[in-house]
Amino acid sequence: MTTAGPVLTSGFPDLTGVPMARRTHWGRWTAALAIILVLLALVRAFAHGQIDWPVVGQFLTVPVILTGIVNTVIMSVLAMALGILLGVIVAVMRLSPNPVLSYCAAFYVWLFRGTPVILQLLLWFNLALVFPTIGIPGVWSGRAVDIMTPFLSALLGLGINQGAYTSEVMRAGILSVDAGQHEAAQAIGMGRLRALRRIILPQAMRVVIPPLGNEFIGMIKTTSLASVIQYPEILHNAENIYYANSRVIELLIVAGFWYLLVVSILSPLQHLLEKRFARGTQVMTR
Amino acid sequence: MSKPLLAIRDVTKTFGLYQALRGVSLDVFQGKVLCLIGGSGSGKTTLLRCVNQIIQPDSGGIWLEDDLLGRRHEGGKLHRLPEREIARQRLKTGMVFQRFNLFPHLTALGNVMEGPVQVQGRDKASARKDAMELLSRVGLADKAGNYPSQLSGGQQQRVAIARALAMRPKLMLFDEPTSALDPELVGEVLAVMRELARSGMTMMVVTHELGFAREVADSVAFMDSGSIVEYGPPAQILGAPTEKRTRDFLSAVII
Repeated sequence: MTTAGPVLTSGFPDLTGVPMARRTHWGRWTAALAIILVLLALVRAFAHGQIDWPVVGQFLTVPVILTGIVNTVIMSVLAMALGILLGVIVAVMRLSPNPVLSYCAAFYVWLFRGTPVILQLLLWFNLALVFPTIGIPGVWSGRAVDIMTPFLSALLGLGINQGAYTSEVMRAGILSVDAGQHEAAQAIGMGRLRALRRIILPQAMRVVIPPLGNEFIGMIKTTSLASVIQYPEILHNAENIYYANSRVIELLIVAGFWYLLVVSILSPLQHLLEKRFARGTQVMTR
Repeated sequence: MSKPLLAIRDVTKTFGLYQALRGVSLDVFQGKVLCLIGGSGSGKTTLLRCVNQIIQPDSGGIWLEDDLLGRRHEGGKLHRLPEREIARQRLKTGMVFQRFNLFPHLTALGNVMEGPVQVQGRDKASARKDAMELLSRVGLADKAGNYPSQLSGGQQQRVAIARALAMRPKLMLFDEPTSALDPELVGEVLAVMRELARSGMTMMVVTHELGFAREVADSVAFMDSGSIVEYGPPAQILGAPTEKRTRDFLSAVII
């Protein structure tokens, strides 16, 4: 019995079992070689340059530097947390049908995105010049100089500034969720805020995490600006050491090493978060 | 004559310059199935979305049981209801969308349980039990743990029906529930809807499935450019229409 396939014309060679030839990527090999040569030259230059490498090794793990990097991480995490909290609230306000809320949100973003973060840090730190005493009238008050410590000034300056940027990231995430999801949430009787919390934001997170990871890495380095208001983060502490011993480059290398290390640890964490929020969407790709 | 479950009176809706509904009136009685047919842009989906308050009509009124939807009639004026009240009114209707709109980050079971647990505040164990019963009713008990992306279109739409039923609605609304499906998946969704109609659920169905309308509907409304052109039992509307526009539509649809 023959199968009822299509009638075929003869004259085409049988390709079954013919192996694929390996391609030699000449361009890639040449480029890789050139890059290795340049790297070697750079390493050689730095090895012979005026850097006292033993000093780098000596200061890499001194307590002041370690405290500095811990302070950098603490400030990054807290300021980012404040930024995300503000970002979500402001994004939701911005998308609200209530024009008062929407304009307030737009004004906040305009104000804090429109001025340099270092200027905002200096303003918070010097708040005492504007308001010698601050507090809630009749409940509690104190001298601004005592309250606006380097820590609090840095947290407010960095966090509130970050909130302006994060709100735009969040707004993009919320807008990326299909309108049908709002309708379906409404159809089962959800109000706007509950739909946002249960249905819209979990889906927005998937879109929002890569840019937020980016922002967080940016934040780790932006905390170095807090050195101008005496917050003892790593760069500030490294500077203090080289003011005393004049080993400028060596201590900058030490600080650079720690920044790179922290940022390197964050990438796998971001990957884990992305997987967590991709539930239900990545099933088909494996 | 008894009171209808759903009464629609002189509803109009304009989008910009486009008049989607031009004074539509209808009654849907308890336990009956109404099918809305008509070409695209005829206003049938807009009408359904007004009943579910995804959009609010410009004028006219819709009553579900004794509630005027979305409005309060007081002191000779109509006042817009607060969102909380509108959400409460929506609980009486279940909506099934053309594109399913399942929540992609929740499993099939999670989709069905979401409303009862989060909105109605029922305890998880009993909501889970009811959700599993609904999933087996639509033939998907074995898919409870699957995410929507792991289900076929027909399966997703059956989960969506179970999700709507979980709120124990008085009235089920279907917006072209089989239009986004591959042809071989249409039958399984229609079978679930047929069973639902037999169980006595009141249904309002926007559809292009004339065979379904003929078999299941108690009445059929043919709509064109924002008005009901012809209304009656399916045998009459689909078998012996009196209006020319209805005849033209039917001859264009039935090849």
